[in-house]
Amino acid sequence: MKLRSKSMLLSFALTLAVAGPACSQGYVEIHSGGVAAKPLSYAPDYTPVDEVAPSEQQVLHVAQVAGVNTFNRNLKVDKMKNAPPPEDGIHDTENEGTFVLQAPIEAYKGLPVSEFGNYVDWVKAIDEKKLAPRWDRVDSSEEPFVMDLDIVREVKASVPDVVFPHRQHTEWLACQNCHPAIFIPQKGANQINMSAILLGQKCGVCHGKVSFPITTKSCKKCHSKPKPANWQPPLSDATLKNPWR
Amino acid sequence: MSSKIKHSKWKYVLLGAAAWVSAFLLPQAAHAEYADVVINNYADAAGIRPVVFPHWFHRIRFRCKVCHADLGFEFKAGGNKITMAKIIDGKFCGACHNGEIAWSVENCAMCHSGIPGTPTHFHGSTVQRLIAPAYKPVEQKK
Ligand code: HEC
Ligand code: HEC
Ligand code: HEC
Ligand code: HEC
Ligand code: HEC
Ligand code: HEC
Repeated sequence: MKLRSKSMLLSFALTLAVAGPACSQGYVEIHSGGVAAKPLSYAPDYTPVDEVAPSEQQVLHVAQVAGVNTFNRNLKVDKMKNAPPPEDGIHDTENEGTFVLQAPIEAYKGLPVSEFGNYVDWVKAIDEKKLAPRWDRVDSSEEPFVMDLDIVREVKASVPDVVFPHRQHTEWLACQNCHPAIFIPQKGANQINMSAILLGQKCGVCHGKVSFPITTKSCKKCHSKPKPANWQPPLSDATLKNPWR
Repeated sequence: MSSKIKHSKWKYVLLGAAAWVSAFLLPQAAHAEYADVVINNYADAAGIRPVVFPHWFHRIRFRCKVCHADLGFEFKAGGNKITMAKIIDGKFCGACHNGEIAWSVENCAMCHSGIPGTPTHFHGSTVQRLIAPAYKPVEQKK
């Protein structure tokens, strides 16, 4: 009897929360305007990858205790993928030049997609010959000096080891872009770790700025060599010497 | 006399605080294309809109090597101290925006298209998107 009345009450509250004036029942409704809600008159048949934004119809129920307890306190969600210049928040709409500039989505039509950064797979675009950016300022027939040399860097942590591929880099860059200013050209001579990369040093000079960024979905681009099957994460000293263990 | 000085001091403190706060808020409010660079070392002070440089647009046409090795652009937003004098001498943007490789410099509004007051920054960079600044890199012992 007690249980039934409880569930009755609950279902009543739920229906009210969904249908009625939700706030009075201790819930707020947040209608998340997904990316699809924005008109994309620039390229009707291009569907940008929606990484984090929930779909348009989804209604989030958040308990209303105190104003500070929003569901996501720190999550940053891209309001719009590949926004055209007049809507991107950095171009001045008072400036008539802004409206002459190209919308990225228009230019990306037909290019292979990725899940981060520009949402374009720039390496594939060149490999599949969808793009042929110039290697020389004026001479469009000059070819890059591509070097196929992979450098494997073993990682102490449980993530797959890092493979640095020279091939993809020398498609875009000259040796002197990296050697010697960013990396000494000798395997293992450079100290690299994730915090340096996140701060914009080493690989982070480019990755996180222009070439693909560091996000959950891109870790495996660099961390691409699986660990041996019998690999175990090394135990920390504090654990080995733990007197309470 | 002295009260006047005090008053102006406060104004500067407030102005500074406002600029400081906006420097952190602006990049987050925007959702511009990844790798767009706003360059505003001198533009605001000279009374013209800041410059927005679109990497995505240029990398469709040129490899990084053209600008960052041949033309000498350093890997640092605002670090090249670009001015119009250098541009019309054929340096930096002027190596191409000369009416031969790309449209010429009289099209001020194409480059100077940023919202006034936007600080020099890289849009959508990983560093800016971090919730808290990344901790200092730990020295790795070999
Ligand atoms: C290596 C040559 C090169 C350099 C250096 C260069 N540009 Fe460009 N830029 C081009 C070309 C080519 C175009 C396309 C021109 C056309 O549409 O006819 C272009 C177009 C543009 C556009 C218009 C994009 C659009 O939506 O149509 C802007 C803005 C721009 N450049 C800004 C800059 C700025 C600012 C700099 C210097 C910081 C710069 N460019 C340096 C070659 C260059
Ligand atoms: C994007 C940056 C980048 C570019 C561009 C680049 N390299 Fe490297 N190179 C590296 C890194 C990273 C390593 C590994 C260093 C380490 O393990 O500490 C490396 C290592 C090397 C090594 C040492 C290999 C070994 O087995 O010890 C040589 C030689 C080398 N590079 C030559 C070149 C040449 C030649 C070019 C141009 C064709 C070039 N690199 C372009 C980043 C780059
Ligand atoms: C000087 C700039 C620069 C530096 C430094 C740099 N990269 Fe890159 N990297 C690029 C560019 C440009 C690409 C092409 C793809 C893109 O732009 O997203 C690329 C692509 C890659 C790819 C290939 C992705 C694919 O789809 O095949 C890997 C893996 C990679 N980088 C790893 C690294 C690692 C690991 C380091 C540090 C040891 C590093 N990079 C340092 C510029 C750089
Ligand atoms: C641009 C390439 C790149 C990307 C993207 C990347 N890493 Fe790394 N990561 C490295 C390199 C290089 C090292 C250093 C390897 C070594 O010790 O030589 C490293 C090291 C690490 C380590 C070992 C601890 C340390 O700081 O050295 C961890 C854990 C790690 N990465 C996690 C991640 C995670 C999680 C992601 C995705 C959010 C990620 N990495 C994305 C290149 C990358
Ligand atoms: C190809 C892109 C481009 C074009 C076109 C262009 N500028 Fe600039 N301009 C820049 C860049 C980049 C800077 C450096 C901005 C900074 O650091 O504040 C700059 C800086 C300036 C500055 C401040 C620094 C200085 O040199 O005194 C003024 C003023 C200026 N531009 C005016 C103009 C005017 C007027 C025109 C049109 C005749 C014009 N620009 C066209 C790219 C351009
Ligand atoms: C048309 C010329 C041009 C091309 C091509 C180009 N860049 Fe840039 N790059 C610039 C300019 C201009 C800046 C800003 C410099 C300034 O503000 O003084 C810049 C800045 C940068 C920075 C500095 C980021 C920071 O820390 O502030 C990096 C990294 C970078 N570019 C990487 C690349 C990579 C990787 C490629 C190839 C995929 C590339 N660029 C292609 C012109 C170019």
